[in-house]
Amino acid sequence: MEWRLGRPDEIPEGGRRLFRIGGEVVGVFRVRGRLVAYANRCPHQGGPVCQGEVLGRLEEIVDRDRSVVGERLSAEVLHLVCPWHGWEYELETGRCWGDPRFRLRAYPVEEREDGVYVTTGPGSEGDRG
Amino acid sequence: MSPADQAVPLEFTPVEDRLGVLANAEAQARERGYHRFPIVDVDAHHFELDSWERIAAHIEHPTVRRRAERMGGNRAFSLIPPILGDQLVAGRIKRRLSADEPLPGVLHELERFEREMRQLGVRYSFVFPTSILSLGLHPQQEVENAIAWAYARWLTEEVLPHSDVVRAMLYLPFGDPEASLRMVERFAGCRGVVGWMVTSLRHQPVHHNRYVPLYSAIEATGMPLAFHPLYSWQERALEPVDRFLGVHALGFPLSNMVHLTNLVVHGIPERFPGIRFVWMECGVAWIPYLMLRLDNEYLMRRSEAPSLERKPSETMRDFYYATQPLEWGDDLRYLEALFDLCRGATQFLWASDYPHWDFDLPSRIYDLPFLSEQEKRDILGSNALRIFPIEAAPGRT
Repeated sequence: MEWRLGRPDEIPEGGRRLFRIGGEVVGVFRVRGRLVAYANRCPHQGGPVCQGEVLGRLEEIVDRDRSVVGERLSAEVLHLVCPWHGWEYELETGRCWGDPRFRLRAYPVEEREDGVYVTTGPGSEGDRG
Repeated sequence: MSPADQAVPLEFTPVEDRLGVLANAEAQARERGYHRFPIVDVDAHHFELDSWERIAAHIEHPTVRRRAERMGGNRAFSLIPPILGDQLVAGRIKRRLSADEPLPGVLHELERFEREMRQLGVRYSFVFPTSILSLGLHPQQEVENAIAWAYARWLTEEVLPHSDVVRAMLYLPFGDPEASLRMVERFAGCRGVVGWMVTSLRHQPVHHNRYVPLYSAIEATGMPLAFHPLYSWQERALEPVDRFLGVHALGFPLSNMVHLTNLVVHGIPERFPGIRFVWMECGVAWIPYLMLRLDNEYLMRRSEAPSLERKPSETMRDFYYATQPLEWGDDLRYLEALFDLCRGATQFLWASDYPHWDFDLPSRIYDLPFLSEQEKRDILGSNALRIFPIEAAPGRT
C-alpha cells in the first residue's frame, strides 16, 4: 500500500520524521539528499530504533606502524542507534554495524512533485539481510 | 494512480518521545498474548537513591544516620561505594523517563514501576536496588548493616504494602553473618518478601562456618537465596581492561562464579538442601563453562571436596538461573544445547533487569523456536511461581 507522507521540503537534509502508517510507526530520514524509510522496530528486541541517536560511526585512528593513536566520529558514515540497547545501523543502508546479517526493515520511499510516498507491505526488506 | 492514504505524522522528540520508551514492548505483549499466562520478572530494578531521604530516615545506627542526613553534597555517595563506568555508551542508549514523569517519591516511583511492568506484560516483579548493589564493598561493616536494615524497613513498610504485584528479595549485609541473621529473623513473613539477596560484589568466603546459622535460618524460611552480581573496575583482575564492554562482560559472571564455586566445593547446597539458590544477571552461557571446568578439576582433586556426594555440575543443575541478559548466539543449536544441559525448562527464570541498559523483554524467551509453548510459559513465569511464595506473600492486603 502506498502512503503519502507530506511535502519533500518537510524533511530537510539531516532531518527525520516519524509517521504512523496503519499499525506501524515508520521513520523517514534524509541522508546525502536521499530519503530512506525504516520500520521503528529494531531487529534485536524490537526497540524504537528510529527514535534513537544519529551520529557518525566511531572510528579508531590507527597509525602507519599500527599503533592506535586516537578516535573520531566519522563525518561520512552516519549511524542510527537503537535507544533500547545501542545496536547501531548505517543510516543509508539499514545494515547493522555489529552483524551485517541484520538490517532495519526498509520501505521503498519516493519523492514526487506533490509529496513523499512510502510503500508498505510485500516487497519491503526484512529484518535479516 | 489511486489516491494514496495519508499517513499520520508524529511529533519527533528523540529522548522522551510521546510514544513512550516502552511503546514497542507494549505492542509485543499484545501481539504475543502475554495476558494469557503469568509472567514473573525475578530481577527488575528501581533507582532507590530517588527515595534516599526516606530510606535514610529508617537508618537506626545513630552516627551512620547522621552522616546520611548531614553530609553535604551527594549524601548517598558518601556512604555507597561509587561504580565507575558509562552504562549508556555516551548517550546512545536511553532509558530514563522524561522530565515530566511523576516526581521521585515512594508512591510515584511505585506507580512508575507498576506501569512499566504492565507495558512489558509482567504480572509480578521482584524489585532490586541499583546503587546499593555495590554496598558490599564498603569498608565499614556498620554502614552496610545500617543501610541494609533501613532499605529493608523502607521496602517492607512504605513500598511492598502498597502493591499487589511487586515483591522483593531482601538485601542481606553479608559482610556480617549475625546482622544478616537478624534481618532474616526480623523480615521473614513481611508482606511482599519472597526471598533473600546477596550482592556478589564482595570478598567474603561465603562457605565459612560463621554463615552456618544464617543458612539454617534461610533454609527454615523456605525462601530462595539469590546472588546478584555486579562489576567493579577496581577489581584487581579487571584493572587492565579498558573498555566497559569487557569489564561488564567479565565482571558480572566473575563475581557470581567465585561465590558459586565456594558454595559448591564446600558442600553448602548438600548441607542445606532446603535452600534454593538463584544466580542472577549473568545470562546463561557461563553455566556450562563452570560445570565442565569444576567437574574436571573435581575428578582430579577429589580429596579437596571430600564431603561432596555429587559432581559439581549435578549440584549446579539444581540451582536456578535468571536468564538476563540472554546471550545472542549466531547459531541457536548452541543455545538449545545449553538449555538442555542446564535443565533450562525447569531451572531458568526469565528476568528483565529493566530499566538497566542491557534489559531483556519476555520475547527473548517467548520467541525461542526450540522451546515448546509450555516451556516458554514455565521459564517466563511458572518456574518462579513454583519456587517463590509469590502468591502466598501478597503485598497489599
